[in-house]
Amino acid sequence: MPEAAALAGPLQLLAPKWQMARHRAKRHQPGDLRRLVVVLALGALFWIAVFAIGLKLLRYFRSAEDIGNLLAGKLLSMMLLSFASILLLSNTIAALSNFFLSRDLDQLAAAPVRPWTLYRARLAETALHSSWMVALLLLPLLAAYGTAYRGGIAFAPFALLVVLPFLCLPAAAGSAFTLLLVNVFPARRTRDLLSVITALAVCALVVLFRAARPEQLARPEGFQNFMQFIAALDAPSSPWLPSEWVSEALMGWLQGKSVWLPLARLWGASALCVAIGGALHARGWARGFSQAQEGANRRSEAGAPRSLLERMTSRMSATRRQLVMKELRVFARDSTQWSQLVMLAVLLVVYVANVRYLPLSGEGMTAVLRNVIPFLNLALAGFVLASIAARFVFPSVSLEGRALWLLRSSPFSMRDLLWAKFWVGAVPLLGLSLILVGATNMMLGVRLFVHVVTLAAIVAMVFPLTALALAFGTFYPQFDSENAAQIPTSFGGLLFMMSGIVLIGAVAFLTGRPAARFLVAEHYGWTRDPVAMVLPFIVAVVLCVSATVVPLMMARRKLDALERG
Amino acid sequence: MGRSSGRRTMIEISSLCKRYGSFTAVRSLDLVVPKGELFGFLGPNGAGKTTTMRMIAGILQPTAGSVRIAGHDLRADPISAKRALGFIPDRPFIYEKLTGMEFLRFAAGLYGEQGAAVDKRGIELLALFDLDGWRDELVECYSHGMRQKLIIASAFVHRPPVIVVDEPMVGLDPKSAKILKDLFREYTRRGHSVMMSTHTLEIAEGMCDRIGIMQRGELVACGTMQQLRGASGNDDALEDIFLRLTGDNVARELVEVLDA
Repeated sequence: MPEAAALAGPLQLLAPKWQMARHRAKRHQPGDLRRLVVVLALGALFWIAVFAIGLKLLRYFRSAEDIGNLLAGKLLSMMLLSFASILLLSNTIAALSNFFLSRDLDQLAAAPVRPWTLYRARLAETALHSSWMVALLLLPLLAAYGTAYRGGIAFAPFALLVVLPFLCLPAAAGSAFTLLLVNVFPARRTRDLLSVITALAVCALVVLFRAARPEQLARPEGFQNFMQFIAALDAPSSPWLPSEWVSEALMGWLQGKSVWLPLARLWGASALCVAIGGALHARGWARGFSQAQEGANRRSEAGAPRSLLERMTSRMSATRRQLVMKELRVFARDSTQWSQLVMLAVLLVVYVANVRYLPLSGEGMTAVLRNVIPFLNLALAGFVLASIAARFVFPSVSLEGRALWLLRSSPFSMRDLLWAKFWVGAVPLLGLSLILVGATNMMLGVRLFVHVVTLAAIVAMVFPLTALALAFGTFYPQFDSENAAQIPTSFGGLLFMMSGIVLIGAVAFLTGRPAARFLVAEHYGWTRDPVAMVLPFIVAVVLCVSATVVPLMMARRKLDALERG
Repeated sequence: MGRSSGRRTMIEISSLCKRYGSFTAVRSLDLVVPKGELFGFLGPNGAGKTTTMRMIAGILQPTAGSVRIAGHDLRADPISAKRALGFIPDRPFIYEKLTGMEFLRFAAGLYGEQGAAVDKRGIELLALFDLDGWRDELVECYSHGMRQKLIIASAFVHRPPVIVVDEPMVGLDPKSAKILKDLFREYTRRGHSVMMSTHTLEIAEGMCDRIGIMQRGELVACGTMQQLRGASGNDDALEDIFLRLTGDNVARELVEVLDA
């Protein structure tokens, strides 16, 4: 062993990640091209939409002589501020994984790697993992600013120069915060804590957005109000916020003003933050990493009273009962899962509140319209259910991951496994759907007929949505994923959402159209033909039943055929 | 406790303690492994062997006590101490999407070594373990035993003076196990030191210069086979000594469980 050999640098530590990405890119699997095309097409559509909306808005702003630039600057600051808070949060969480929980850290901890080297390598990874989505979103937005203000091609490198320290700052701050947390709490508990912090922070954002009542913008006076709305928004602005520096630098450049001060502030603060983070890392990482491996806490169940669920499941066969209890226990003990329930609860409150804010009393709002709106609401509620199914039911087969050998080698049918997963997903969704549609119907003050039809329709949707989520999750499993929240973002998740939306649209159309026609005919005293409703309703039922049974059967066959070591 | 003297100490553990909350995994451990020694580290599951080895590798921080590797204090001068060490964990992680050769280059790079010499040594090591045909295949295609051989090769690629290895024989086929045993013997004969934990008592008995037995976080016996036999008072095999020290009531419990 040569004593004087130079030690590894950060690039060497990152080398495996590059190499792995290269190998992944080289290996083509059937369907890869299809996936790429779908993802690229969707991405391009999204980019174009964001760019077009941004450009239209900014051009409109520019047309307002006095306050146009001010508004554009303010809008940019607001967006950047929300991006900065999202970045800070996601970096804090990603840092936990990258600095303390990653499985390759054992090897690095045992190797003679300098703390500063490890810090820079992991910081780069953390920043990349957390910022790529924000960076992709910033691209069309900044392109719109550049185009609207005729910034020219030189605006692109300048924007990069400004955005880089903006992305680096929250990475360094978030990593430092995580380091402090891990040194106080064991890492596994820190992860729980972070999940809850994230959930609450996102909830707060959603509630704040809701409280701003942006639907006012949809009123006829529209844009006039929007100007006032943007101008009056009490967005926190302070010369100490990095998002303000970015906005100041970009708007300054576009308007031909001096940009040195905000640029110097950005790079200075970023360098300082990285230096402080590096110093903290050198002092506290080894202790934190050691503690991160001690987080497993013992759980004693001896003497615990028989839970209600255990009593409820006592009539099932031993296998099904154990499968159901396992699903529920694993779900309840995974903080990344239940913390999202907090978020979900707030989103539902916001959803119901949205319905309450609907302008139901204004001009042109007839009883007919009030009774037709529930069918639109049905489609929206269906979409909410599909999103929840994507988040909680879709990953369920993937989460079996390395335990699948146990299930496959046990003497029970895969039908039992799917049965347990289906009902554990469907029952909560059922309760939720009834509350969602029931509560919004009551707020809308709909008739009993509409109430019954919409409730029946949403109940009928729950089963095929659960079955589709389960089936797509089985056909496109992500067995190696350790984070349940990432699984639905896969290609299979996208396919599930697409087929879910088609199903929801079909059911809403098949039930809503004849029912609405019936109501309109009744309102205007035309001839009503209740029989005309029968056929579409029957088609809807057949559709729901087949969209439940067929995917489950296919999923069962797939599970039976699955080979995994 | 047996203590070899006259040779340079490569691993020196003093009053090492590790507590997880109220549970003490390692209790005031003192141990010395001199240059050129193959030290066998035995003990039942949960005795504290892996915790001790992870502390020696610098992955876990001790609650108290110190570890010195090749004369360098692990806490005060971790870089120098780790430079002298090759660690093979019991559940190694290898990047699935790297090829075997890429992984070896990365492992050598962590110790500041790169270039043609590393490639040459990597190829030799892979050939030694019958992995030469697999060197450009992704690790995800490797079997459990092949991964184990690759991780062992990665610990040798920078030729550290000290190797700490946790359960190296698990998953190896008989030929690879024989190669590994010969490798360890030859390596120590050339003046390097190896500290190896194992559950295969025959291997420990046949290979190791000295053996330490851990039980509930404490070193309950340490020495050459001769010294262990002398301490037990019988001319027993290592298995008898081990069982007497760590769990002679196993047979009784087994019968009770099967009859229940």
